[in-house]
Parts: sequence; C-alpha cells; structure tokens
Amino acid sequence: MAVSSANTVDLGAAMVTAPTALADWVVILPVALPILGGAILLMVRHQVRLHAWMAVVVAAATLAATTALLVRVIAEGALVMTMGRWLPPFGISFNADALGATFALTATFVTLVGALFAIRDIDATGRRYGFYPFLLLMLAGVNGSFLTGDLFNLYVWFEVFVISSFGLLVLGSEQRQIDGASKYAVLNLVATTVFLIATGALYGTLGTLNMADIANKVGAARETGPLMTIATLLLLAFGMKAAAFPLNFWLPASYHTPRIVTSALFGGLLTKVGIYALLRSMMVLFPLERVVLSDLIAWVAGATMVLGIMGALAQSDLRRIVGFVVVSGIGVMLAGLALGSPLGLAGTVLYAVHSILIMTALYLLVGLMYEAGGSYSLHDIAGLYRAHPLLAAIAFALVLAAAGLPPLSGLWPKVVLVKASLDAGMWWLAIAILVSGILTTIALARVFALAFWRDRPDAGPAAGDGAAAQLGGGYAILAGLLVPAIWIGIYPEPVLQLAQLAAAGLSDPSAYLEAVFPLGPGS
Amino acid sequence: MRTVIFRTSAPYLTSLMVLFSVFVLLRGHNEPGGGFIGGLIAASAFAIYGIACGVSPVRRALYFHPMALSGFGLFLAALSGFASLFFGVPFLTGLWTSPEILGVTVDLSTVLFFDIGVYFVVVGSVTSIALALEERERL
Repeated sequence: MAVSSANTVDLGAAMVTAPTALADWVVILPVALPILGGAILLMVRHQVRLHAWMAVVVAAATLAATTALLVRVIAEGALVMTMGRWLPPFGISFNADALGATFALTATFVTLVGALFAIRDIDATGRRYGFYPFLLLMLAGVNGSFLTGDLFNLYVWFEVFVISSFGLLVLGSEQRQIDGASKYAVLNLVATTVFLIATGALYGTLGTLNMADIANKVGAARETGPLMTIATLLLLAFGMKAAAFPLNFWLPASYHTPRIVTSALFGGLLTKVGIYALLRSMMVLFPLERVVLSDLIAWVAGATMVLGIMGALAQSDLRRIVGFVVVSGIGVMLAGLALGSPLGLAGTVLYAVHSILIMTALYLLVGLMYEAGGSYSLHDIAGLYRAHPLLAAIAFALVLAAAGLPPLSGLWPKVVLVKASLDAGMWWLAIAILVSGILTTIALARVFALAFWRDRPDAGPAAGDGAAAQLGGGYAILAGLLVPAIWIGIYPEPVLQLAQLAAAGLSDPSAYLEAVFPLGPGS
Repeated sequence: MRTVIFRTSAPYLTSLMVLFSVFVLLRGHNEPGGGFIGGLIAASAFAIYGIACGVSPVRRALYFHPMALSGFGLFLAALSGFASLFFGVPFLTGLWTSPEILGVTVDLSTVLFFDIGVYFVVVGSVTSIALALEERERL
C-alpha cells in the first residue's frame, strides 16, 4: 500500500534512498528495449511489412544502449541498478561489469546483423510465424543473462532466450526442424533443470541468490555446505548449455535444421551464454571449488576442442561442419577457465568476442554458398570461385579467422591462451589448442578446396549474374561482420585491454562486490 | 460436448467468469488473487466458450488475436517499469497515487498496471494454446 507520511518507517534500512540518475538506466535498457520492441511486434504481428525495419530500429537502439553501457563501465567500473528500490540482496540487482557489458555489446551487434540478414532470408511466412518478435525476445534474454547479478534471475533469462529459441527453431514447422528442435529442447530442459536444482541447493545452503552476496558468504559455508556438489552441478548445467564434450552432441544434431540466420545467431550467441555463466559462477561464486575442478575442466576443454573439430572433418554437410567448429571453439574458451589466470581468462573473453562474430559469419557464409551453389552438401557444391570470386575472398578470410591464422581476430586469443597454458606449465593444453587450430585449418580448407576451387563436373558456371546481384546484400552484411574481426586481428590492443579488464574483474571481483554492497559484506 | 444445455449456459458462464477474473485481478494486491490467476480464469472462460460454441465465435468475440493481447500485456508490464524513469528511482519501483474519483479514493499504482500486463499475457498465451488445441480436435 501507499506509504503515508504519518508512518515513521526508516526507509533507508530497506530501500535504495539515493536518487537514480537518468544515466544509470543504461544498465536496464539493453534488456528493456528488446522486450518492449518484441511486445510491440507481437501486437502488430499481421503487419509483416513493419516487422523487419522495426526490429532493426530496436536492435540499433539496443546497440546504442550497450555501447553507452560499455563506455561507462570502462570509465567508472561496475554499474549496479537494483530493481524496485529494494536493497540487495532482496531486490534483484542488474550488475554490469566489463565482462557482461562486452558480451552484451557483441551479442547485440551480431543480433542487429542477423536482423538485417533476415530481411533477405526470412520470407513473409516466417515473419508471420513471428521471427522478429522471437529474435528481439531472445536478445532480451541473452542480454539479461549477461547483465543480471542474481543467480535465479539468470535462470529466468536462460528460460527467456531458450523459449524464444524454440520458437525460432521450429519456424516453418518442417519435420526435420521438429526433429532438431526436440533434441535441442530435451537437452536444454535437462540442463536448466540441473541449473535449477543447483540454485535451490545453493539457496538452501546460503539463504541468498544475489551473486555478490553469495560470493561474500560462500567462504563461511565452506566447512558445512555442499559447495563442491553445487559447483559441479553448475559446471554440468552450463557445460551442457555451452556444448562442452561429452555433452556437445545436441548442437550438431539440431543447429543445421532451422533457417540459416537462426543457426547463425544460435551458433554465435547461445553457447557463449553458457561460457559467460561458467566464467561468472566458477570465478566469482566458487573460486576455490574451481581450483579443485580445474583439471577436469582442462580435460573437458582439450577433448572438446580436438574431438569437436574431428567431427567437422568427418562431415559433408556444410552446416554440420560449422556446428562442429562452434563446438571446438567452446573447448578453446574452456581452456582459459581451466587455467584461471588473468591472462588465460583474458584469452577466453577475447576468444568469445571473436567467436560470436566469426561463428555467426560462418553460418551466414554457408547460407550464401547455398544460394550460390544450390546445395549444403560438399559432394554437390563446386565451382564457386569462378562464379563468385567475392564470396571466395570473404570465405578465405573467414577460414583464416576461424583457424586462428593472421591477420584476423582468431590469432590473438589463441596466442594469449597458448602463452597462458605454458606459463601454468600445462603444455599439453597448449598442444591441444595448436592441434585443434591445425585441424580447423584442414577442415575448413577442405570446404574451401571442394566448394570453391573444384570445377563443377558439368563445367561452366551454373549461376549467372542474376544470382550475383541477389547476393550483393549478403556480401555487405558479411563484410560488416568481418570489419570488427579484421580490426581485432590487425590492431588487437584496445580489445585485448578490454578483455584484460574483464578478466581482472573475474580474478579479483572485489570491485564487482563493492558496487552491489558499497558498505562492505553484510551491510 | 455440444448439448443444448451446455451451449445455452456457456455464454452466461463465460461472461460471469470473465467478470470474476477482473475482480480477482483487481483485489490481488493485498488479498489472494492477481494478474496470473485472473488471467487463467479468463482463459478458461474463453476455452469453455470455445468448447461449447466453436472456436471462430470466440475469435470473433475477442476481436484481437490472443497473441496480440499477449503482446499488449508484455508491453504494458514493461512500460509500467519505465514510469519510475521520471521519479529518479530504479526500474520497476512501485509508484502510488490516490486520486479521488467521484468521491471515492482510488489507489492507482504502477504495480497495478504491471499486474494488468501479466493478466493480458496469461489470457493471450493460454487462450491461444487452448483455441489451437480445440481447432485441431475437429480436423
């Protein structure tokens, strides 16, 4: 009820009394804008002509908000807004630090690119099914996961983007898609259930779900609480989400079924949310438990990166190949988590940014190759170099990027991670990273040689100038994704510094904790 | 299911249930009730109407597509959080005002609008699932 002035209740004990500056709203806008946009699109769901440009406008506004957020976080450190004025840990905090803001910015950028690509990829039927509302709600879920400071709220955002992604997966209701979606759905539901069980156990142990509060209280409960169990359960749940070996089989089995732009966004974004959640929970919430688990994580990382890319070597469907490349990249990111050193974590953050950009670009490239060559199968597709030299150039750049060769963005995170592994004396992890790089080169060079260099068996270019003109828009969008990748490759310093800032926030989360509890633990 | 008795009573039952759902929604702040349960009651009202008289009369009666109602609810709920933008308080803070309307003090709040948003989200999504299932039955 309304608090009347006659009540002499000390509001300062329960509520945030300092006024919230208008500029602090950048913490919530990356989530609130896509939700508002998605709701409006749902209301006008039959005016499919409006959908595309409205979604692009909303995604662009969200991009502006995440950019402003990152700029502020770099300048001032972690930024906190606690919903409904209730003091943390009772109010749900949104807690943006360099890690979350970097991921949110990259994710929003890629979603904007996806929304633009969908203009040519998703027809009126797909739009009527609700492609764009799902896209925006997925963006809200992904950004919410990156920015929330509450473990249960993280679970809710996981649900938001998983449910939106179900919608995107079955767009069109083909039998093949239902098949892929059911595998994806079952595995994701198992993972979120494990996550929920771990959250419940954690709440039972510590009586709090605010991440900063957990980090403050976890030390006192180490003797009595089942913290090792909870940390392992979280590792299992987020590892499944991130598609880490041996729980990676759902990804190549489902990501090749939806529209190509959907695959692109899934491959770029969703697994990285799992990586982010692993980084946050292992480094900030359970730092000591992570040390115990680090050998396990390192083995999982090595197996994921090498076995993942071996899957790509065995495939002939282009989309499945990219799916396995995504899995292999997850292993590389886990290597940094296994090391736990600031340098290793910086490598992981840098690789995640690179991977969000490049995996999306690879899927979009496969989509354009399908348009140009008429098939997703390596057995049928050929002669693209002659017919579409520009596409070949983009493909070559992407092969270099994904394999971690200069001059694109894949090189630096791997250099950093190899150095960090050698520093920690884990030479076999360094070898695994290098071997997975070589195997990625072979797997993608095979695609390039067969699809681009090999002449068509029937001779003569099948696709004429008409197809090239249609591909023009696609080229521009792919080039838009390549620009940041080339920039990171040639001039990695600013992004590397950003990654190191994010990693420093993970290794020493005291600034993150202070942002939520300015008066220290227990205040 | 389509007996004369059911078909005759269903419209009355539906209108009563919708009225009751609004009552449950509005009293929900301090007593049992609220947007979620109110929305479920309203959705079951539409489902009953659909079972008795067919799906297309329900769609005609609703006028808006259920998913559009759902979108409106989400929009309203999100917008109610933005009201705190103008008062220097964090997102989703409950803001209250008690104007006198026709000599009665009415407590209005952003919480109420959030709850109405939840009501529409639940009505829209559950009704659209129910109607889709009822349509499928007759195929």
